[in-house]
Amino acid sequence: MARGSVAVTTERCKGCGFCVEFCPTKVLALSSAFNAKGYHAPYMEDPDKCSGCNLCGMYCPDFAIYGYRFPKETGEPAEGKQQ
Amino acid sequence: MSTTVDFPIHNPVEDILRMDRIPTIWCPGCGIGTSVNSFAYALLSTGIELKKVAIVSGIGCSGRVSGYTKMDSFHVTHGRAIPFATGLKLANPELTVVVYSGDGDLTSIGGNHLIHAARRNMDLLVVCVNNMIYAMTGGQAAATTPGAAISTTTPYGSFEPELNIAHLVDAAGASFVARWTVFHVKMLEKTMKEALSKKGFRFIEVLSPCPTLYGRRNNLADGLAAMKDYKERSKIRNGAPTHETALVQGGEIVVGKFVDRERPDYLTLMRQQLGANYHPLPPQPDENPEAGVAKEDCCSC
Amino acid sequence: MTHANPNSVLTGTHFMNGDAACCEGLLAAGARFAAGYPITPSTEVVERFAARTPKTGGLFIQMEDELAASIAIQGMVWAGEKSFTVTSGPGFSLMMEHIGYAAMTETPCVFVDVQRGGPSTGLPTLPAQGDMMQARFGSHGDYLTIALVPDSPQECFDLAVESMNLAERFRIPVMFMMDECVGHMTEKVVIPPAEQIPVYPRRRTTKKPGEYLPFAPGEDLVPEMAHAGEGHGLFVTGLTHDDRGYPLMNPAQQHKLVNRLFDKILRAADDLVMVEEEGMEDAEAVVICYGITSRVARRGIQLAREKGHKVGLMRLKCVWPFPEKLVHGLAGRMKAIVVPELNLGQVVLEVERCAAGQCRVIRLPHAGGTVHKPADIVAAIERGMA
Ligand code: SF4
Ligand code: SF4
Ligand code: SF4
Repeated sequence: MARGSVAVTTERCKGCGFCVEFCPTKVLALSSAFNAKGYHAPYMEDPDKCSGCNLCGMYCPDFAIYGYRFPKETGEPAEGKQQ
Repeated sequence: MSTTVDFPIHNPVEDILRMDRIPTIWCPGCGIGTSVNSFAYALLSTGIELKKVAIVSGIGCSGRVSGYTKMDSFHVTHGRAIPFATGLKLANPELTVVVYSGDGDLTSIGGNHLIHAARRNMDLLVVCVNNMIYAMTGGQAAATTPGAAISTTTPYGSFEPELNIAHLVDAAGASFVARWTVFHVKMLEKTMKEALSKKGFRFIEVLSPCPTLYGRRNNLADGLAAMKDYKERSKIRNGAPTHETALVQGGEIVVGKFVDRERPDYLTLMRQQLGANYHPLPPQPDENPEAGVAKEDCCSC
Repeated sequence: MTHANPNSVLTGTHFMNGDAACCEGLLAAGARFAAGYPITPSTEVVERFAARTPKTGGLFIQMEDELAASIAIQGMVWAGEKSFTVTSGPGFSLMMEHIGYAAMTETPCVFVDVQRGGPSTGLPTLPAQGDMMQARFGSHGDYLTIALVPDSPQECFDLAVESMNLAERFRIPVMFMMDECVGHMTEKVVIPPAEQIPVYPRRRTTKKPGEYLPFAPGEDLVPEMAHAGEGHGLFVTGLTHDDRGYPLMNPAQQHKLVNRLFDKILRAADDLVMVEEEGMEDAEAVVICYGITSRVARRGIQLAREKGHKVGLMRLKCVWPFPEKLVHGLAGRMKAIVVPELNLGQVVLEVERCAAGQCRVIRLPHAGGTVHKPADIVAAIERGMA
């Protein structure tokens, strides 16, 4: 069961792959689809493994991905909780 | 699974960015933006009021950082971020002044200022993004380019040994000297936080890939290859004597916090030495009667 | 206009040299912070400033070079202070890039150049006026500036105040063009009470963060200013920028911005005609001069008048912008204009341009190191009247 998820702003992504490589649980993969600038943005290939640790966000040079934790009870996204 | 998850989720990094200027001009796989994440989290975690933070950059790819941050930002001339920041800090000691610039800017054209700001122990945090090349101008050799590396002006390899910036600023007297690579996002964040909470001249070198102009000429095809290379070659040695931390091509990348010493900064020393002879900020007459704003009313500077 | 802060004004009658008077003028005008780098014959200005500042709440920092000094002062200005730097020829050359930065970013500040003989190291301890064109055109790209030239220690005080006031009014770097003789000459200097010294305050915005556009021009084309730490999230860059200060690098914005930087000064050109005239009522010829040279010119004119030549003196206190209309009008009424200067022909080029062939323009160049002999002035006048 996933403890978190990621928000991707696809159009900001430049497809560098940092997020994919450095996700500790290998949640992400680069999509085969292109964004408007022709880059392959990441998607959650294995969403269940996501802890919402935001390491992907820390690595992203283009502020295009952000990992967040679900609050324990609701399973809904929690505003303002990170790290 | 869709490629976009579109929740009303707020990335705190955006709190320090001018989102109307994003996307940045930086290339895919450039590490400058990654260092900005560490800086953003470090800054936000200190609780320093953002309106009292000023960012000063020189010229170059890293010099663009000031323009993407929301705080008061100054994009000055090539090499002169440190002296500008010095003036800013001296005339308003309330400000947290951060210099964010590149290796060419800070150590070559601006090298003299780096030495003397460290010597004076000027109360500045200097973040030097070291991509080992002049990137903005097209990949010419820098003082930091490792000997033998290929650049557009050293097509047969550089004939000069590289500068060890950490050693230089340590020798000049900096209070705090550290080095990380952008692979070390968490350690970098922690070190930046620590440096932000300290007084005096604090210097953090951040190795960052320039896939476009350094990497592809030196067997590092893209940003990711450089990141993996950092991961492989880095060795954390906190407290390492800085003369043992040279960055040679293909050699070990020594990272960590090297120097953390207590030394009074310039203004502290000035106040100590002048003692009762110093009259800080005597009252000025109403400075702008037409606008009806006395200085005390609009800011606390 | 407001007036000087009594804390920084040394009211009274003094016997001081031009460098000291310049320092007192800048202090009176509100400068509490300055940066510099030692260079003969200018250093006395900041030596005095360094001694005076602990009492006035500011500080002087001696930077590692002129590049650093000329940008550190701009940091001081954006922190909310008035600031200046002082130098001489070689240092002035090094400061050029930052004069351009101040022009582009509309950073009010004063650059004092105590001129000495050049080029290069030249004559460190002897006078010249060879930096006059550099004061106008020294930094790359197009910009306008104001240059004031004193001819006595008293004027080193008075015009130093004026330099800072003009810098604030137009938000520009102002060049204060002294020379070795004026700097080292000791004379009576009367410093009035603070309330009699008009001081132009920083043009601070009253707009709230969010409403304020840092580079949106006001009615007189000068934007209002805000400082670091006030919550405006300023972005200041030497790149061509829009009203927010954001880089906007295209021909249309370049045209708009650079023209505005010119026009804000050109529009006020009539206010910037600052001349002293003597014996112009019956004059058939005039000596146009500035700075130290005018003191020799006065003696030359006296001697020429004794010989029966009707000659007047027009001393330019503000050389840039050049008083074009005035000189053009004058050329229409005169037989000759004589231009002595301690260079091989700089300001005379402007005189020739404005005279536009209406009268003779006699060049009286001098490479510097000393001043002209009064007899040289007389001879030049006679050539003009012949
Ligand atoms: S939030 Fe953490 S676990 Fe989830 S994708 Fe990002 S790096 Fe991986
Ligand atoms: S790190 Fe950022 S830019 Fe790079 S692939 Fe991931 S989302 Fe895209
Ligand atoms: S040229 Fe190099 S340093 Fe500059 S943005 Fe591109 S990758 Fe980054």
